[in-house]
Amino acid sequence: MKHAKTATQNACKLCNPLGACLAFRGIENCVPFLHGSQGCATYIRRYLISHYKEPIDIASSNFNEDTAVFGGSRNLKLGLQNVTQQYRPEVIGLATTCLSETIGDDVKGILREYKKEFMNGSPMPVMIHASTPSYQGSHIDGFHGAVRAAVETLAEQGTPQQLVNLFPNMVSPADLRHLREIFDDFSLPCMMLPDYSKTLDGGPWAEYHRIPPGGTPASAISLSGSAIGSIEFTSTLADAKSPAVWLEEKFGVTRYQLPMPIGIRETDRFFSLLETISQKPQPEKYDDERRRLVDAYADGHKYIFDKKVIVYGEEDLVISMTAFLREIGMVPVLVASGGKSGQLKKKLLELVPDLEEAGIKVRDGVDFVDIEDEAKLLTPDFLIGNSKGYTMSRKNSIPLLRIGFPIHDRFGGQRLHHLGYRGTLELFDRIVNMVLQQRQDDSEIGYTYL
Amino acid sequence: MEQIQILKEREKQIFEKKDGGAAFDISCETTSLSGSVSQRACVFCGSRVVLYPVADALHLVHGPIGCAAYTWDIRGSVSSGPELHRLSFSTDLQETDVIFGGEKKLYASLIELIEQYSPKAAFIYSTCIIGLIGDDIDAVCRKVAKETGIPVLPVHSEGFKGTKKDGYRAACISLMKLVGTGETDDISPYSLNILGEFNLAGEAWIIREYYEKMGIQVVSTLTGDGRVDAIRKAHGASLNVVQCSGSMTSLAKDMEEKYGIPFIRVSYFGIEDMASALYDVAKLFPDRPDIMDKAREIVKSEVETLYPQLQKFKAALSGKKAAIYVGGAFKTFSLIKALRSLGMSVVLAGSQTGNSEDYRNLKEMCDEGTIIVDDSNPVELSKFILEKDADLLIGGVKERPIAFKLGVAFCDHNHERKIPLAGFIGMYNFALEVYQSVMSPVWQFAPRKGGLK
Repeated sequence: MKHAKTATQNACKLCNPLGACLAFRGIENCVPFLHGSQGCATYIRRYLISHYKEPIDIASSNFNEDTAVFGGSRNLKLGLQNVTQQYRPEVIGLATTCLSETIGDDVKGILREYKKEFMNGSPMPVMIHASTPSYQGSHIDGFHGAVRAAVETLAEQGTPQQLVNLFPNMVSPADLRHLREIFDDFSLPCMMLPDYSKTLDGGPWAEYHRIPPGGTPASAISLSGSAIGSIEFTSTLADAKSPAVWLEEKFGVTRYQLPMPIGIRETDRFFSLLETISQKPQPEKYDDERRRLVDAYADGHKYIFDKKVIVYGEEDLVISMTAFLREIGMVPVLVASGGKSGQLKKKLLELVPDLEEAGIKVRDGVDFVDIEDEAKLLTPDFLIGNSKGYTMSRKNSIPLLRIGFPIHDRFGGQRLHHLGYRGTLELFDRIVNMVLQQRQDDSEIGYTYL
Repeated sequence: MEQIQILKEREKQIFEKKDGGAAFDISCETTSLSGSVSQRACVFCGSRVVLYPVADALHLVHGPIGCAAYTWDIRGSVSSGPELHRLSFSTDLQETDVIFGGEKKLYASLIELIEQYSPKAAFIYSTCIIGLIGDDIDAVCRKVAKETGIPVLPVHSEGFKGTKKDGYRAACISLMKLVGTGETDDISPYSLNILGEFNLAGEAWIIREYYEKMGIQVVSTLTGDGRVDAIRKAHGASLNVVQCSGSMTSLAKDMEEKYGIPFIRVSYFGIEDMASALYDVAKLFPDRPDIMDKAREIVKSEVETLYPQLQKFKAALSGKKAAIYVGGAFKTFSLIKALRSLGMSVVLAGSQTGNSEDYRNLKEMCDEGTIIVDDSNPVELSKFILEKDADLLIGGVKERPIAFKLGVAFCDHNHERKIPLAGFIGMYNFALEVYQSVMSPVWQFAPRKGGLK
């Protein structure tokens, strides 16, 4: 029976400040700081730690009742002092919460006062302030908001130089490492923001580090204004929230907007752009990677053809995943997101023009109960998305392929690849293997060759 | 190696036992210091953890999406029946709701969810923003209760209005509204309620079985494997047995005052405390010596099985040093005893929410040189683990990566655990888990241990 639905049940999204904290983790020597209740910082730490398995310190201004009545200025200043003393950061990534936004704290004004009152002319950590009220948008908005705030705070005009800005979107540390490698192989200097490839997937420590090593240095972000171009992996990000658009408007840095490079077509598009910008042919290594991928598509195509899947997650991720699933012959019967940019269907049509004919349903602003209701009607063979779909996967006996964030119930989510020929091949292998395992499990004979 | 500095304002919450601890003074039960990166959560968290295991109630979080999303299926509290507590419900407030108020959305959500899931009761959690926009959630709850005929209980857990302990209190106030509304005809005078046991990995079932073997009726567990109807008749029990004293003592006190039910504090961790819990309960039923006889029988038979099993672990772990940082201080007492029974010493003992009496007791128990810390943070914990050269950290999800980064073994003694650590079998599991982590060969590659290269 269909129920009227006002409440969100088993949300397929997280709150705005989480995304900001994640992005701030990708700036070198930066401490994320939430202006709000202690709980926001602690819950978000716990949620991120369960995926990345790394220490993630997020400071809080720790509101109390007085703060809520008289304003957060005092607590914020004290918190900034304590973080500065305890962590000696170069950068503090300050994000707001529903609490500080609703009482209307003028964070920019407070920061100006702080500088006058406490720093007495001595160097202060760079303060990057992102406005992230939890009642607006979702975690992906906080993520992009923090990246844009970092660029707006730090980017400077300079002599144009052989440098490309890369805004990779919310991808895994393994993806970030892979992107870095691609740019290195093109001998193309790259300012990638954020870069939490080391801070959220690093080695053991011989001694204590206040802030994990790694991340994009503030000095590198400053140079983003003098880059020859910015590449931004997104399909749905509004111009007003895009760091690449801001750099173009402010400093004339050419903006190249691409969907996330998942699948051969979208990865080809990315590599062609790199060839154009670098004026170099694609390194042979990637010709090989592409050839191996095409070969794998051929070897595995029959197992997966016409298999029905539901894919869910952030809008940009599901758009590129859908394009990939279509090029390998699978049918994403439902493309779903908890996000709501208003662009999902329109942008999906650009990549998958036969959306309607192929019977692909698109829904934004949904929760997992909505997706489960759809699953009962659409009877997909598989689910593809983050680990929060496990509840409905188990209940309805539909296998789940875990991708993206968060992955709380499997090991190594931070090391999964999604992007490029390499990431696509990893996804393809995993999808085919899921089908094979199911065939084997369901078989009465238990074939040992498949 | 560089000396790690402690924030000046934090110094009074840290104590190192010297000269027998004569000059003991520790500050606690305060709000966390801004910018210190406390491991604590908030008032909402306190309420949420206490009420979470009530499995046939609807738990609706009134606020923006985060608070509900981060607490979805967060605890290992298992249920023997309904599992409504494992779903996540939020009014998911948007900007317009913040401007115009969220009462209508709350009302509609409640009516729809109660119709869809038929819960036995509903708990409505206020989050930070509700304390600002001034929704009258009490009025909405009264209205919905009247229309649906089930208890609809507001939980005043606005995150910023105090600490996690205030959240415990808010949860107990809501529970107290349920207690006393059920029939008590079938309750024996030899009966008790288990308070502060959240049935992580089925721990409440282990404890319940001991009491039942002793011939005592367990009326309700609050709140592990909790049921609304059992809570409603909890006032019919003769005794409240309180574990996790930080969260549930206030409910026990309220029930003592209103219904004259005495309470005792116990712990179910470690052989010593587990045995004491059974004996202490049996002592309160002096007219039934068979209850004490049964308690003795249980302890004897369990210890006879367990003791030889522990010797292998003890042989391996003797002389190793442990650091403890957990939510409630009461748990640290049991952990210290349990670690000692394995031949281990404790070099750091801390908690998020201990009170001065807890820390005084802790000081008495601890060895010379032990650090006692209230409301600590990752920087301090790392500093003490390194300075004291700990071999093991006992903590929760947020402490785990600190240990692993530094090449230190770890035992999860928090809400996510999947292995029961309570009861006699729990002591075996605890020893096994500590053994498996401390003795793992992987630490040889940790830089602190030489790294082998």
